[in-house]
Amino acid sequence: MEPTNVYAYKLVSRKEYFSPGHRACQGCAEALAVRLVGKALGRDTIAASATGCMEVVSTPLPFTNWNVPWIHVAFENAAAVASGAEAGMKALMRKGRLPKKKITFLAMAGDGGTSDIGIQALSGALERGHDFIYVCYDNEAYMNTGIQRSSSTPFGASTTTSPAGKVVPGQVTWKKNMPEIAAAHDIPYVATACPSYPIDLVQKVKKAARIKGPAYIHILSVCPTGWRLPPELSIKAGRLAVETGIFPLYEVEDGRYKFTVEVGILRPVSDYLKIQGRFRHLDEGMTGKIQKRVKEEYERLKKKVKMTQGD
Amino acid sequence: MGKRIGLEVSLSAAEAVKMADVDCIAAYPITPQTHIVEHLSELVNNGELDAEFIPVESEHSAMSVCAGIAAVGARAFTCTSSQGLALMNEIVHIVSSMRLPMVMILANRSLSAPISIWNDHTDVMSVRDCGWVQVFANNGQEVFDHVLFGYRVAESEKVMLPVMIHVDGFILTHVIEPVEFWETEQVERYLPEFKPVHALHPDRPVTMGCIAGPPIFSEVKVAQDEALIQSKSEIISAWKELGDIVGRNYKPIEGYKHEDAETLFITQGCFGETVSLAVDALRDEGKSVGLLMDRLWRPFPFEEFRQAVENAKSLIVIDRAISYGGQGGPLALDLRSALYKEKNEPIITNFICGLASRDVTIDDFKNIYNRSMEKIKVNPREEDFEYYGVRGK
Repeated sequence: MEPTNVYAYKLVSRKEYFSPGHRACQGCAEALAVRLVGKALGRDTIAASATGCMEVVSTPLPFTNWNVPWIHVAFENAAAVASGAEAGMKALMRKGRLPKKKITFLAMAGDGGTSDIGIQALSGALERGHDFIYVCYDNEAYMNTGIQRSSSTPFGASTTTSPAGKVVPGQVTWKKNMPEIAAAHDIPYVATACPSYPIDLVQKVKKAARIKGPAYIHILSVCPTGWRLPPELSIKAGRLAVETGIFPLYEVEDGRYKFTVEVGILRPVSDYLKIQGRFRHLDEGMTGKIQKRVKEEYERLKKKVKMTQGD
Repeated sequence: MGKRIGLEVSLSAAEAVKMADVDCIAAYPITPQTHIVEHLSELVNNGELDAEFIPVESEHSAMSVCAGIAAVGARAFTCTSSQGLALMNEIVHIVSSMRLPMVMILANRSLSAPISIWNDHTDVMSVRDCGWVQVFANNGQEVFDHVLFGYRVAESEKVMLPVMIHVDGFILTHVIEPVEFWETEQVERYLPEFKPVHALHPDRPVTMGCIAGPPIFSEVKVAQDEALIQSKSEIISAWKELGDIVGRNYKPIEGYKHEDAETLFITQGCFGETVSLAVDALRDEGKSVGLLMDRLWRPFPFEEFRQAVENAKSLIVIDRAISYGGQGGPLALDLRSALYKEKNEPIITNFICGLASRDVTIDDFKNIYNRSMEKIKVNPREEDFEYYGVRGK
């Protein structure tokens, strides 16, 4: 986290751009993340949302929770729609048909809309270099349709299409590393964030808005409904994901990796797993396998930090 | 009058897009649409057209990017063919439902499989019910004029719907034809600046693309259908004004020697020009035959057709697409519905031909005429449809 001399509350606007009254579940950390992203970006934002929980809970015709201009077209194309809005505005301002103004273009989607069905449109938009921020709200499964697995569902998790069965113990693949895929596009800014660390999240979103060109922010969004945990543990679960090293908070700015929240000694992954019903069936062997993988990935990330900050 | 030059139809289409001063072009290459986007990117890169050219990674994104462009109130253009249209199909339906105006040229090509790059209307018919205004352009001049017409209609506050211009792939897109350009002053008079009813802008936030449940979905969709039906009056007045400005007059259906004819051919696209020559030849043989070319495909010109066929005894409908397992080609099906229970309802025979650019010549249309005459004599139920020019049929 960047050092700061002001009280935390002053870093976050009191204004709401994602207003109260939406229909998200109790304890939905994704709704909290959306709210914080809105506060970080402010009024001069145009948002393009993918189909998913956030679109469903916030725009039941004729109501809306959006105090910024917002558009939803389909599931897999948030990055493309945002590309069009950005290009259209650029042309209109250049041709003098609209007064010049700094507008932030935000594309947002869940993990399914990002790492599965939307990865092509996202890759295209990152490669073309549009000046926009893509935020993935990762709740690690297709929650809107009823907790089906995605490529972002972690190893071992039980979902409705990767149920913990007698033969197959839930999800048997490792979580797709979307931030790394985004970083491989050599874009100016990539970061991970979690609403359990609100100041870190807000600072990253603000930085992404300042930087010209595409930025990608991957936000771990705890879903009490899908993860089978009490809503009051949402924030705690997010903190445990970071403290165990399962979801490290870092940023990649112009290719340089940096931890933004230093954890020190990692807590055992079981601290994180045991509070969630989706991991209830895991035995010691499976937990051990996860612990080993988390440690390896964390070490790899540390090496990247060391390597890229050194020069 | 603007300058008249010989130019490949694809290139003149791109020149018309330039004259329309579009703000953004988002397109993905697919044969036979490619020459249009190639020329547009040339115009942009040479500074002749002040627009953003967005070389997207797929047609799905082409249409999605166009949705974003139109949503902020900028003028969007794209073009595609066949598989490209199939890939963007999802968004094609959404942009009309969201009332996002734009113009797309569809260089008509068969849908796979087997894969074919050649021309027919199977791609057109796959989006028959997509809610766009759809017109056929039958020659280079019509393509040019209809790009400007397209924006004029699409952006009209009374319409606010996307417009699709059907252009036969290769047999029209790749031929060199004389085209009369418009004067800049004429374009300015005809096509006002795009002022959207709603646009995404921080100063006036709107929410677009909501979720609608059972209590409201039907109302939204019926309103959309009414908008398309009612767009016809705006379409007709846009054609009328086009005629006043450049002296070329367009109608929902164009007739050729049809007024006194007992039998009428009905076509869509370029085949109309070949059939007109067949009509001349048949007239020389003393046959009472004429032609109606369908220009406006959606909204379907029911009234105009009913009036135009009033005195005809029989119709020969030429389709270039198959409705698998259905009772004839899509154009014939619409016409049968349109004319059902009309007084003096003509007998309709339907021929499906010219798939994947298989040649259908003047002589072939004469054969089709003779075959139609035999059919209506023998068994009225046999009129349903038949394939023409297919081995083994």
